[in-house]
Amino acid sequence: MRKLLQTLRELWRDPMGKISIIGILLIILMAIFAPQLSHYGPEKMVGIPKSAPNAQFWFGTDNYGRDIFSRIIYGARVSLQVGIIAVGIGATAGYILGLIAGYFEGWVDRVIMCIMDILFAFPSILLAILISTVLGRGLVPTMVAIGIVNIPVFARTVRASVISAKSLEYVENARSVGVKTWPILIRHISPNVVAPFTVQATLALSSAILTEASMSFLGLGIQPPDPSWGSMLSESRAFMEQAPWMAIFPALFIIVTILLFNILGDSLRDVLDPKLKL
Amino acid sequence: MEHLLEIRNLSIELPQGKRQPPVKLVEGVDLDIDKKQNFGIVGESGCGKSITCSSIMGLLSYPLTLGKGSSIRFQQENGNEVEITSLPSSELRKIRGKEISMIFQEPMTALDPTSTIVAQIEETLRFHTSLTKAEMHDAALAMLKKVNIPRPDQILLDYPHHLSGGMLQRVMIAIALINNPRLLIADEPTTALDVTIQAQILDLMNELRESFDTSVIMITHDLGVIAETCEKVAVFYAGQVVEQASVEEIFHATAHPYTAGLLKSVTSLGGAEKKLYTIQGTVPTAGHFGSGCRFADRCDHCTSRCREAAPALTEIAPGHLCRCWLHAPEKEAAQ
Amino acid sequence: MLRGDFGESIRTSAPILPEILSRFKVTAELTILAAIISWIIAIPLGVLAAVKRNSWVDRFVRVFALLGVSVPGFALSILLILVLSLCFHYFSPLGYVGFFEDPIRNLEIMILPAFILGISISGSVMRMTRSSVLEVLRQDFIKTVRAKGASERVAIFKHALRNALIPIITLIGMQIGSLLGGAVIVEQIFSLPGLGQMTLTGINQRDYPVVQGCVLFIAFIYVLVNLLTDLLYAYIDPRISYD
Repeated sequence: MRKLLQTLRELWRDPMGKISIIGILLIILMAIFAPQLSHYGPEKMVGIPKSAPNAQFWFGTDNYGRDIFSRIIYGARVSLQVGIIAVGIGATAGYILGLIAGYFEGWVDRVIMCIMDILFAFPSILLAILISTVLGRGLVPTMVAIGIVNIPVFARTVRASVISAKSLEYVENARSVGVKTWPILIRHISPNVVAPFTVQATLALSSAILTEASMSFLGLGIQPPDPSWGSMLSESRAFMEQAPWMAIFPALFIIVTILLFNILGDSLRDVLDPKLKL
Repeated sequence: MEHLLEIRNLSIELPQGKRQPPVKLVEGVDLDIDKKQNFGIVGESGCGKSITCSSIMGLLSYPLTLGKGSSIRFQQENGNEVEITSLPSSELRKIRGKEISMIFQEPMTALDPTSTIVAQIEETLRFHTSLTKAEMHDAALAMLKKVNIPRPDQILLDYPHHLSGGMLQRVMIAIALINNPRLLIADEPTTALDVTIQAQILDLMNELRESFDTSVIMITHDLGVIAETCEKVAVFYAGQVVEQASVEEIFHATAHPYTAGLLKSVTSLGGAEKKLYTIQGTVPTAGHFGSGCRFADRCDHCTSRCREAAPALTEIAPGHLCRCWLHAPEKEAAQ
Repeated sequence: MLRGDFGESIRTSAPILPEILSRFKVTAELTILAAIISWIIAIPLGVLAAVKRNSWVDRFVRVFALLGVSVPGFALSILLILVLSLCFHYFSPLGYVGFFEDPIRNLEIMILPAFILGISISGSVMRMTRSSVLEVLRQDFIKTVRAKGASERVAIFKHALRNALIPIITLIGMQIGSLLGGAVIVEQIFSLPGLGQMTLTGINQRDYPVVQGCVLFIAFIYVLVNLLTDLLYAYIDPRISYD
């Protein structure tokens, strides 16, 4: 806990870290208080279709006359939800698989890592699409699909840390005096994994949000009328000249959100692992 | 200028950002190297001996910089004197590899792993001469023979990873000497090699120095190497010269306690079994030197004066300089 | 499947493999163009950023690299199309024409999608180039090269870049994955009849043999490209040999 506070303090001292923390907090608050912030709800047709941004509809309305601002803030809910749950699935499964592979080594390791490599070999968007053809469309299948796509990176990170921690001298010493490896691993390896794991999770969050937006853009992720930044952008294509705001705002929010998570990931890496900083 | 190389008041700084003053890694170093002289620089790792020599070639690595007032004057082959610290890089390049060359500690990493030995030798010729391809190849072959490399025509076509450390160091020497430099800087050329190979390389260097008429600066932490190759020695400690004299004086009329400590901690064969001497403590970190002598905390002869004021480098005998209160002139001591 | 020809579509009963091959031509052209564009942009800038560390080029490269990994291809496409049509009244021409039928018209069609795909991966190429050149510049042999009297140009382009290329090539091999994934989206946006579009149509029509064939083929290409990059290693790095 003290270490967490210290990390946060160091992160706060870095200007880029500060910007990303503030930005992400704003987006999270926006998602939480979406019902309070939006007067219209995401699905109601409340205005004249395709009206330009004005005092009443800050970001304008779309082709059905829905308030784009409301759809954007409800879309933040979808994006964050998918991101967090998908990363949760990927990180948990990846952690367990990586720990098992790194601990047992031998054929167990080979089988697990072989499957991970095969998963890794597919372009992530393509793999997510493939899994969702099996699972179906909508919020839950999308989260699960992106979660599965995220397993290999976590498994690799954890496995590498486990294997390198196993060869640390104090672990070897503990083993040589007869302490079982399993307790050692839990006690000594988990702290070693925390730093790369946290960095990985932040970066995975940004890529999960990106993958969801891409899938929804292609019509395979979140299904209308649920608001998703990706599908909003996709719908805007037919009205590009008449209503460019339909494209600009969702695109802006996708880019800024992913950018903020990437900046946070980079700053976290600098704080947690100064060796990697060039 | 009577010397080949004159270093005056050399300091090397590590910048600490805009707000803090830079840390001085090397401070107030004066050295004179004569023609055809073998000059040794001894010191522990981190004492500034390597960066001092890098600065002679204008090769300080980022972010190190030369301090104000540093001067390195070099006498070129045509008799011109140049100030290396203010030379434009195009002029500096004409000196590097042609008039001053360098060999490094780690032969395994000092050569480009992706090009052949012949390409790396010829490159040095190409930068400084206008020989044809065939002439360069012949010169490279002849040079490999001079550094006693067996099967030189095959070795030329090899890549660095094919060769052993000793062989690579020979190649490095070949590269360094092929343009007949006036000064060769050898930065711990034998440290990374096996003991048996070390002697071979030193012998080779001694032999080639005779035939090439080159001055050598030998950087090392090994007093044995100094005894075998050098005429004059400067002992570095914590970025300063603490003692400088001829090899005989250093070994037989040792003045500075640090040098004495270094001499006592040399391992030797055949002597009676006795506990190996070690100098207690560690070198203070650059930037954390007190106002007193930098060696005070580790010195057996430390007095209160040593902690109060830093001694200056003074001539205690003709040609013998020492930075220690023990040898300070009496009248100064009285003040 | 077992006959090795990917079978037939359940919608059209047409054999799948010839369709895949003809569509792959489009995807291949798109990804190759995109890769070339990204290298042209990213490698020189990455090298420059490493050499002139903390200069404005370096800062620009770091910002660009961050944007490169953060801006999704489809968002970039939409924004670019928007800007081009609203400000310059330029529309990327529709209706695909093969390269060998009409090269100029083909390039006109392909240039914008390829540029977008190229930009979207050049961020990570730039980052990798910068960090691996920095890493090499720190190594001893660069000092040797400088001590021989080499100019900075020779030290950097002849020695540092050649050594730095090894990790860059690994990245390029891995990036074939993101290129092929990105192609799915870009083909969809610009209506290019490539493999990605075929896969999506297959998914939307629940034509599973088609989907399966496309995905297997893409995975095969990925493996093949990575094999080729491994062979390229041996050419660049004499320490590796496959005999």
